[in-house]
Amino acid sequence: MVDAAGKTTGAGKYTDDLCVPGMLVGRILHSPYPHARIKSIDTSRAEKLEGVVAVAIGKDAPNTYGILPVGHDEHALALDKVRYVGDNVACVAAVDEATADRALELIEVEYEVLPAYFDPEESMRAETNLIHDNKPHNLEKDYHHVFGDPEKGFADADCVAEARFIAGEVTHAAMEPHSTLASFEIDSQTGKPGRLIVWSSTQVPYYLQHKLSLVLEMPMAQIRVIKPLVGGGFGGKSEVIPLEIIAAIAARKARAPVKITYTREEVFWAHRGRPRTLIDLKTGVRKDGSITAVKARVVQDGGAYCSYGVVTILYSGALLGALYDIPNIQYDGYRVLTNKPACGAMRGHGTVNVRFAFESQLDELAARINLDPAEIRRRNLLQPPCVTVNGLRVQSYGLPECIEKTVERSGWKDRKGKLGKGRGLGIACSHYVSGAANSIIRSDMPHSTVNIKIDRDGGVVVYTGASEIGQGSDTMTAQVAAETLGCSLGRIRIVAADTDLTPIDIGSYSSRVTFMAGNATLRAAAEVKKQIASAAARKMGCGADELVFRDDAVFRKSLAGESPATTQDGRVAQQLASVSGHVDGQILRGSLQQKRKDEGPKDSMSFEEAVVAAIDFHGTLTGTGSYAPPAEARGGRHKGGGVGPSPAYSYSAQVAEVSVDEETGEVTVHKVWAAHDCGRALNPVSVEGQIIGSVWMGMGQALTEEMVWKDGMLMNPGLLEYRSPSSIESPEVEPIIVESIDPEGPFGAKECSEGSLAATIPAIANAIYDAVGVRLHESPFTPERVLAALRAKKNAKPINLTEGIDPTDPSGFREHGGSLWFKGKGPERHALDPSRRTTPLEAGGDD
Amino acid sequence: MKKQLIELRVNGRRHELALEPSALLLDALRLDLQLTGSKRGCEDSSCGSCTVQVDGIPMLSCTILAASCEGQEITTIEGVSEHGSMAAIQKAYGDWGGAQCGFCTPGFIMTVKHLLAVNPEPTDNEIRSALSGNLCRCTGYNQMYQAIKAAIMAEQKGVESLSSPVR
Repeated sequence: MVDAAGKTTGAGKYTDDLCVPGMLVGRILHSPYPHARIKSIDTSRAEKLEGVVAVAIGKDAPNTYGILPVGHDEHALALDKVRYVGDNVACVAAVDEATADRALELIEVEYEVLPAYFDPEESMRAETNLIHDNKPHNLEKDYHHVFGDPEKGFADADCVAEARFIAGEVTHAAMEPHSTLASFEIDSQTGKPGRLIVWSSTQVPYYLQHKLSLVLEMPMAQIRVIKPLVGGGFGGKSEVIPLEIIAAIAARKARAPVKITYTREEVFWAHRGRPRTLIDLKTGVRKDGSITAVKARVVQDGGAYCSYGVVTILYSGALLGALYDIPNIQYDGYRVLTNKPACGAMRGHGTVNVRFAFESQLDELAARINLDPAEIRRRNLLQPPCVTVNGLRVQSYGLPECIEKTVERSGWKDRKGKLGKGRGLGIACSHYVSGAANSIIRSDMPHSTVNIKIDRDGGVVVYTGASEIGQGSDTMTAQVAAETLGCSLGRIRIVAADTDLTPIDIGSYSSRVTFMAGNATLRAAAEVKKQIASAAARKMGCGADELVFRDDAVFRKSLAGESPATTQDGRVAQQLASVSGHVDGQILRGSLQQKRKDEGPKDSMSFEEAVVAAIDFHGTLTGTGSYAPPAEARGGRHKGGGVGPSPAYSYSAQVAEVSVDEETGEVTVHKVWAAHDCGRALNPVSVEGQIIGSVWMGMGQALTEEMVWKDGMLMNPGLLEYRSPSSIESPEVEPIIVESIDPEGPFGAKECSEGSLAATIPAIANAIYDAVGVRLHESPFTPERVLAALRAKKNAKPINLTEGIDPTDPSGFREHGGSLWFKGKGPERHALDPSRRTTPLEAGGDD
Repeated sequence: MKKQLIELRVNGRRHELALEPSALLLDALRLDLQLTGSKRGCEDSSCGSCTVQVDGIPMLSCTILAASCEGQEITTIEGVSEHGSMAAIQKAYGDWGGAQCGFCTPGFIMTVKHLLAVNPEPTDNEIRSALSGNLCRCTGYNQMYQAIKAAIMAEQKGVESLSSPVR
């Protein structure tokens, strides 16, 4: 990886590692109530504290914003109402963290507590005390799609299954907590604070620039967003998180740079993860296994704000298509508001939970019609190139090979059903977009643009807005440029994600970077290459189309078959040995050019010579490439048809091997074979890393990870309590790369970072069924749920593990994560809660 | 709380710092010495991103007091690169996909350095249990095992090449 050194030596800078002179620390006061009106805020005592420079509140920047144009429902700091425990109320900018923390306790906020909604189905029945006044029944958005004739489809089916599936709420929990540093430059003309510079842990620097401009009422050109190293995103940094704007508001008010870094508990409140989803699914198949119709009703518990919600609920329906050939689809999706932190985009956006339900039900149907689970999937393949019933264009389709490879490597045929008591195999498939074909903000602008500059030193600088967040964006860009120009990777310098320097790229989300920024890089490099070729061709006395760029040199095609070492030009071969492009300064003096001129035309030139020739000829050597998805790939015309279409889809098939302890209900995943069709694998180590990482994250959601709520309070806001799997719980994953070369991808490449996640959960569910014969309808598959299912199967009395335990009873109280609560800044707790003992009890409290 | 003069030895260098007795080692490293390679991923010893070695033992610097480390030799990730070049384990982590976003990587490397110091040829299970105190959200750990094995091989080759007269 081109950026590995900074990461492994500790020299690389993430946002929280940055420091500017005069920098203050910002800390945020959060709401202790899930739903309340703010009657008054008194910051005077806090402002008087020594070391406090400014206290910002909602009316300092009252404009609303939101990542989607249809969802501008957030205030950086609450104006009149708080809508979840953890909502942002005020921000203190002080000289250090301890002072800021003390000041938070001095801010007096008077709340009028309102009834709150925590369950989506209850929330949908709400008439009064709505979370947002303009959303009746707390319904953010609902969509009702019918493609084909589902009723006829079900009538044609020989076997129909219907069930409710529930997927628990999960969050990204990226290792780097969100952090933002905002600083105003003093304008030379006016002598007042002018341009705003923001360093932030973001996947979408350009959207951040846009939202800052909206809230701060500054022109975008006056705002510079710089993305330093980002410690993982998974979607959690793919929209504007409140602290990113709050830092700028606080910096404006304090007239000094302000850095805010969330604590881990605040990261859980910021959330934007995968919503708890209720899926009522009905699927019909014929005896031969072919699917006749699918009907899905999906309810998502979206939390208090829109966030990416409208897109999430559309993805859930749209990507029922494009994996299998399904002629009739009915989809009813409801995105519901509740008084919890907003859910947003998370790895496999919108598709994961529905895929869990669908693949589980397909497995059940296979068992009922007595068909091998791998075979029923083979019987429903698409015949690409094609357009699905809901308007998704599929061109490259490696699913058949994915199924083939996983079945073969896992020994499916010989081992399925023969692993003995409590051990089993399960198979499932999934797919994902290689970037959304329609951007969030409707416009005809390219989704990615890349500039390349080559100077006389032969160094290639690529300027890209694409955001490296650990997925390998910079490495991919360098590789595509080097491959196109036939030069070594060492020549390439990447300048990325700085709105002052790099052209617009809409960001690292929906697995779009390789496909879109990759294509833009390819085009920019091709443009530069054309200029070099025309100049080199003149020098070499041949046509530009006769030239081949390879191994840091330009050859005539007639010689291209031979290795450079065997060409007559010994000097070129010698130069190849060193990547540095060392030419003793001759290029700048021009004597090398003179020498070449004297020697007459040759059959090859070194890369530097060709570059110098091109600069001499054209005056400058720059190229620009951009990418916008083709019109054919932008989907159907129906309402909501803009979400789901992509220029290309990745495909995945997985087999999981699990064992289940029938005494305790504990599930162990032993191995996962994961085949993923990523088009051409540009960097196989990275591709395998992405596949393994996706499968692993899917396994976390399947077995342990869940956000547990009680009355709007998060019960497990720490990494251990959230149960992110450690190396002990993590299975071996065997990644299998399948390369269906996509006609439009850069060198045929597609997505590889999200698609695999969705298959893992149902593969594990199906393996549990194979192992012990119970079908789990609710994730995560915790020991309690597995045990309950096993006992229900045997008609035994269910065990209530939490019977008689009162979570508010201090004697049975178990502390969990979140050091903030100890400091008394978190949500209100029971008066006898041990964590509150250090602060004096309030009047009216228990003694 | 009044600050006190505390002497810390970090990466072989002596530093005199004025710190509150309650100051955490991680804050002393990051804020006072600008050694930002050690990361804060949580505040409660959950994640291991802040792992440093104190007298050769991996410790979570987010939950030890700086003052308690006086007289001890502290090694951070910045002290692992020898003579300005990457150590074998750092190179291997970069090459084999052991580091994706890289935020947890310094902590892992400090843990792995200790593992290899006490057990130069660990089995797969020994590697797994040694790493279990550090969390990673990107890699699923698999490529880290490859990286560790590659680093062990590179170290062994390195020793051999030094002992052979001509390369």
